[in-house]
Amino acid sequence: MADVMLTLLKDLIRLPGLSGHERPAQERIQAAWEPLVDELSLSPIGSLHALKHGSGESPRPSVLVATHMDAIGMMVSVLDHGLLRVAEIGGLEPRVLPGQPVTVHGRRDLPGLLIQPPAHAIPPDDRKGPVAVKYLMVDVGLPPRQVERLVRPGDLVSFAQEPFEQGEDRLVGHSLDNRASVAALTACLVELQQRSHHWDLWAVATAQEEETLGGALTSAFALRPSVAVAVDVTWARAPGLPEHRTFPLGEGPTNAWGPNIHPGVHKALKEAAERVEVPLALEPLPAHSGTDAFALQIAGEGIPTGVLGIPLLNMHTPVEAVSIADIRRTGRLLAEFVAGLPADFLQTLTLD
Amino acid sequence: MKELLRRLTEAYGPSGHEDEVRDLVRQEVKGLADALTVSPMGSLHAVVNPQGKTKVMVAAHMDEIGLVVSHIDPAGFARFQMIGGLNPQTLVGHRARFANGIRAVIGIEDQEDWTKRATLADLYLDFGVSRAADCPVRVGDIGSFDRPFVGIGPRLIAKAMDDRAGVAVAIETMRRLRRTPHQVQFAFTVQEEVGLRGARTSAFGLNPDIGIALDVTRTGDTPKGPKMAVELGKGPAIKVKDSNLLSDPRLVDLMVRRAEAARVPYQLEVLQAGTTDASVIQLTRAGVPSGCISIPCRYVHTPSEMVDLADVEGAVKLLSAILSRPMDLGRPA
Amino acid sequence: MPAPAARPTRAHLRLLQDLTEAIGVSGAEGPVRAIVRKQVEPHADTVKVDALGNLLVNRRGAGRVRLRVMVSAHMDEVGMMVVSVSSEGLLKFEAVGSIDDRQLLGKPVWVGADRLPGFIGAKPIHLMSDDETEQTVKVESMSIDIGSGSKTAAEAKVKPGDRATFATRFRRLGPSVMAKALDDRLGVATLIELVQNPPDGIELLAAFTVQEEVGLRGARAAAFSLDPQAALALDCTPANDLPSWDGEENIAYNTRLGNGPAIYAADGRSLAHPGLLEHFIHTAESQGLAFQIRQPGGGATDAGVIHVARSGIPSLSLSTPARYPHSAAGIASLSDWRDTARLAHAALSTLTERTLRRS
Repeated sequence: MADVMLTLLKDLIRLPGLSGHERPAQERIQAAWEPLVDELSLSPIGSLHALKHGSGESPRPSVLVATHMDAIGMMVSVLDHGLLRVAEIGGLEPRVLPGQPVTVHGRRDLPGLLIQPPAHAIPPDDRKGPVAVKYLMVDVGLPPRQVERLVRPGDLVSFAQEPFEQGEDRLVGHSLDNRASVAALTACLVELQQRSHHWDLWAVATAQEEETLGGALTSAFALRPSVAVAVDVTWARAPGLPEHRTFPLGEGPTNAWGPNIHPGVHKALKEAAERVEVPLALEPLPAHSGTDAFALQIAGEGIPTGVLGIPLLNMHTPVEAVSIADIRRTGRLLAEFVAGLPADFLQTLTLD
Repeated sequence: MKELLRRLTEAYGPSGHEDEVRDLVRQEVKGLADALTVSPMGSLHAVVNPQGKTKVMVAAHMDEIGLVVSHIDPAGFARFQMIGGLNPQTLVGHRARFANGIRAVIGIEDQEDWTKRATLADLYLDFGVSRAADCPVRVGDIGSFDRPFVGIGPRLIAKAMDDRAGVAVAIETMRRLRRTPHQVQFAFTVQEEVGLRGARTSAFGLNPDIGIALDVTRTGDTPKGPKMAVELGKGPAIKVKDSNLLSDPRLVDLMVRRAEAARVPYQLEVLQAGTTDASVIQLTRAGVPSGCISIPCRYVHTPSEMVDLADVEGAVKLLSAILSRPMDLGRPA
Repeated sequence: MPAPAARPTRAHLRLLQDLTEAIGVSGAEGPVRAIVRKQVEPHADTVKVDALGNLLVNRRGAGRVRLRVMVSAHMDEVGMMVVSVSSEGLLKFEAVGSIDDRQLLGKPVWVGADRLPGFIGAKPIHLMSDDETEQTVKVESMSIDIGSGSKTAAEAKVKPGDRATFATRFRRLGPSVMAKALDDRLGVATLIELVQNPPDGIELLAAFTVQEEVGLRGARAAAFSLDPQAALALDCTPANDLPSWDGEENIAYNTRLGNGPAIYAADGRSLAHPGLLEHFIHTAESQGLAFQIRQPGGGATDAGVIHVARSGIPSLSLSTPARYPHSAAGIASLSDWRDTARLAHAALSTLTERTLRRS
């Protein structure tokens, strides 16, 4: 059964699905979720809504688990003598970009290379130091007239880095932010086939998280869940990074705490983790969570929210790395959390 | 169209004070709409064909950028803050107009070094008085650029082309639209320049199925200008992305198909800095597939915004072509 | 109902003290909410706490209800959150809301629900080079010391996620008060008074909001659920009315202490509803109540999100000025504070639907 999760993940990190253009990813996720849920639908802006009915008497409360399916990338902004200038979709780290293989989704998919232009193609003041995205270009190796026939402004450019594994546990590739969480939610749905749960579960693969949080905001408004949990990646510990903001790869997910989090939901996640012996670190987030939860919390009349984080190395680069064990643990934790929600959970959530 | 643009651009209407423009628009569209209402924030909603099944909201903002008085000194000079995004460099020596026709000159403190860039703190308003008691404005009063409309061949130049050009396109489309299967909600919105505030509330109230904004966009065709694929005179631009909006790809495709079928020259737009009403319409309620038809414009947010009449006419043709035929978007992309 | 008293009573000052000394950092407003609840429950028609912790209170004024009006005041203050405990038992922290790094060094603080006394340590000047004293110490280099001496001892008392504030005691200084969190406990106290003594003809939807300092979060959800016909945000705005260094006229004072409550024409997130703006100014002028117009510019209040909720809600902001916001101690004028309650009460008592219409 675990194969469903891993097969899905490995497929997803080979598929494009940039913010605002998630269809390739959405279709693959839908195929995986179809046998696991009762109803499937799409929001007006492309988020995938999957409903698994609870066993409680109607009307049942619902919990929404959001994992964003969009990935960062680029969009062709203007053609320049056969080379392509690009705009960012989501937040890119410009310093990792020169030399990256990409795919230009024009009239057909074209392999290309992100290049740092020679000095004369950059204004004098900006020649030293990292080259900003506005000076980078994509070279598809074709003559300008052919490029003009095949590529237009607005065409998408996604990373083409081939994923690979390291040892038994590590998966490396692009878009693990946030396909790792989609995989975790899938593992949860798989486990819930064997377990009963009182509450309805909305598994939502949201659109546009990296640009606008728009998918989470609009889906929460439409579905009006009583509780919402966002699952996203968080920063894994690495040399030179602040210790209190990073978490070791392979030692379990994190449970966020701060103004974006309802203490009652945080507690329920913590208790669920204890019951299934999943190590769960507290992640203090004094400002906001930087996830879909920021939108979920203030949708409509407000929703009690929580955030689970899966540690990820090299976030927002084509060599993101995740621990597969962490994904499985997160899936197990989610299943226990959902199954463990008592009928009267909402009453226990009142803040004094 | 030229005369309409002249009347619209010369009207006074900074964010929050759109009454004069709203009255003008109301005059123009009287008799063209089946229902005319004003939202709590002051946006004007004109609905055509209320029986139509699909609700399409077409938004053009009535407000322009401006200045708000923040202090009046003993000699009657006033200091000010911005309403919307202004580059202080573009203000020096220009004239401002307040409500009731009050006029002022924008002056700058003595600059020893002329190569230094002007900042907001260096500027002030001169109302031609000598003491505070005679100053005709109060702290909180709002003014905008004062500049007449002028044409050079097909190139039309005025302040507030952003977004009176969009307003003109909406009005002309209402005039020429023979038949539409949709319920079209023409929303002449307020307070776009200060945060898309009118559109956000109009979209909530109108609850549309599809959203289309009409606004200006920058061009890449001036000396050492931004690297952009949009040029003056090459037709209306179909917006694919801006700083806050990922246009619905299905809507973009539909717009392209309609432009090609109607033989309207068009351009594809990716704007790196700046956004429009469409970005908030898209995230209203449960979500609304949205896009934008842009009118290419040079010198945006200066007193001399320049558009091409052919692009404006093209936008009307394109919007009419879109609205007069079905808009079945199919599954989301 | 009679107008609020012009002079502050002992009870007023007591309440201000309790409110300003409570720890209510954004996202953890519980202690403030408890005080407010106790004050309003005996007078309220209904009381509810929503998913974010907003305290929503209904109270009808005397006479026929003309309008449903939301009046907001935010319970949260800027402060700190502990993010880790060092091996020496010191607490690393981050700011919650915006605090200038230069306000933190060498200050006493209260940590956690038990209000443990601590301090933000600073190197002695004797042991620093001149260069060093010219650098601003960043918050990443600071720690809170609660006297634990070891990691285990500290972890027995405090954990990551606990909040902390400046340890400032409320004091009356003649016509002024000095306290932390005047932004917005002054507004909270005013709103409590409006619940206890509501304006006539208004259904008062009092929203004691949360998380204003981290993005106007609570007010956004509250406005959506209350769906009022009009709204008034009661906040606290800076008075930067100190003299300029060079003797030149101060043109960036924002508001002036002692000049009365500040009505907003425009701030960074909203343009005042023209009808409400005129109504409040007219009420102040015709009733001889002090007021000033806050300088347009940046900044925001809950009105920034309330006025764009749903189809749009006519809104206005009314603030009590205070010097030195978002620091260990601010100073406000008691008469400005009393006059805020008086103006709000008078203006709301005469507010009609006609004021809200747009042509």
